[in-house]
Amino acid sequence: MNIVNFTPIPSLIGGILIGVSACLLLLFNGRIAGISGITKGIFKKNSGSDKLWRSLFILGLILGGYMSHLFGLEIGNSKSVLHLDTKLIIGAVLVGVGTSYGNGCTSGHGICGMSRGSKRSIFATIIFMISAIITVYLTRGLA
Amino acid sequence: MNNFMSLISGLLFGIGLSISGMMSPKKVIGFLDITGQWDPSLALVMGGALFISIIAFKFILTKSSPICENQFHVPSNTKLDKAIIIGPIIFGIGWGLIGLCPGPALANLYTLDFATLSFVIAMVTSMVLTDKILSKS
Repeated sequence: MNIVNFTPIPSLIGGILIGVSACLLLLFNGRIAGISGITKGIFKKNSGSDKLWRSLFILGLILGGYMSHLFGLEIGNSKSVLHLDTKLIIGAVLVGVGTSYGNGCTSGHGICGMSRGSKRSIFATIIFMISAIITVYLTRGLA
Repeated sequence: MNNFMSLISGLLFGIGLSISGMMSPKKVIGFLDITGQWDPSLALVMGGALFISIIAFKFILTKSSPICENQFHVPSNTKLDKAIIIGPIIFGIGWGLIGLCPGPALANLYTLDFATLSFVIAMVTSMVLTDKILSKS
C-alpha cells in the first residue's frame, strides 16, 4: 500500500460542511439528509409540498457543486472522466437498485444513520464499504 | 421557510461534496483501493461529517419537534433484514465500479457532462422502478 494524492484539509472541511448541512435539515425540517431517499421521494405519489422541498434540496446540491467550481474550490469532478458504455450503465443501475432496496446510500446510512446510532445504518455502511473495496480490488487494472 | 432551508442545506451539501473531493470518481476509487495506491482523503470527509452530526444530532433529537415542522421524520425500522444486507452489497458493487454514489452523481450534473447525465438517468430510473416493485409486493 502506498499513500497518494492525500488532501486532508479540504476533505475535512468538505466533510464538516456536509455534517452542518445534515444538521440544518434535521433541525429545521426534521428530515434526514439522505440523497437517495430525498430523490426517490420526488417520484412518489406524495403531496406537492413534499416534492417541492425535495426538489429544492437537489437543486441546491447541483448549484453548490457549480458554485465551488466557479470559486475554484473543487477537487475534481466527473467531467470527461466517465465514458458512456455498458459498464457505466450497469454501475448506475446497481447504485440505483441497491440504494433503493437497502433504503439509503453514503449520506443517509453513512452519515445521518450512523450519527443517530441506527444499527441498520451502521450495518449497511460496513457492508457497502466492504462490497465497494472488494469491487475495486477485483476490477483494478481492468479498463 | 422549510423550502428555503432545504435549498440552503442542499447548497451546503453540494459545496461540501465538491470541496472534499467526493465528486471526483478517480478520488473515490483511489480511496476504495486500500491495497493499492491508497488516497485516504475521503475517510476525513466521513470523519468530519460524523464529528459534527454525531454531536449535534444528540441535541437536535431531544427537541420535541424541528423548527419548521410538527414532527421529526426519522426512520423507525430497526430490523436487520435481508434488504439491509443485499441492498448495500449491490450498491457497493456499483459504487466501486464507477466511483459515484447518488449525492456526487447529482451534484456533478452542473458539468453538463453527457456520461454523468446518462449515469444519473439510469440511477434514478432504477431507484424509482425498484421502489415501485417493492411497494407492490
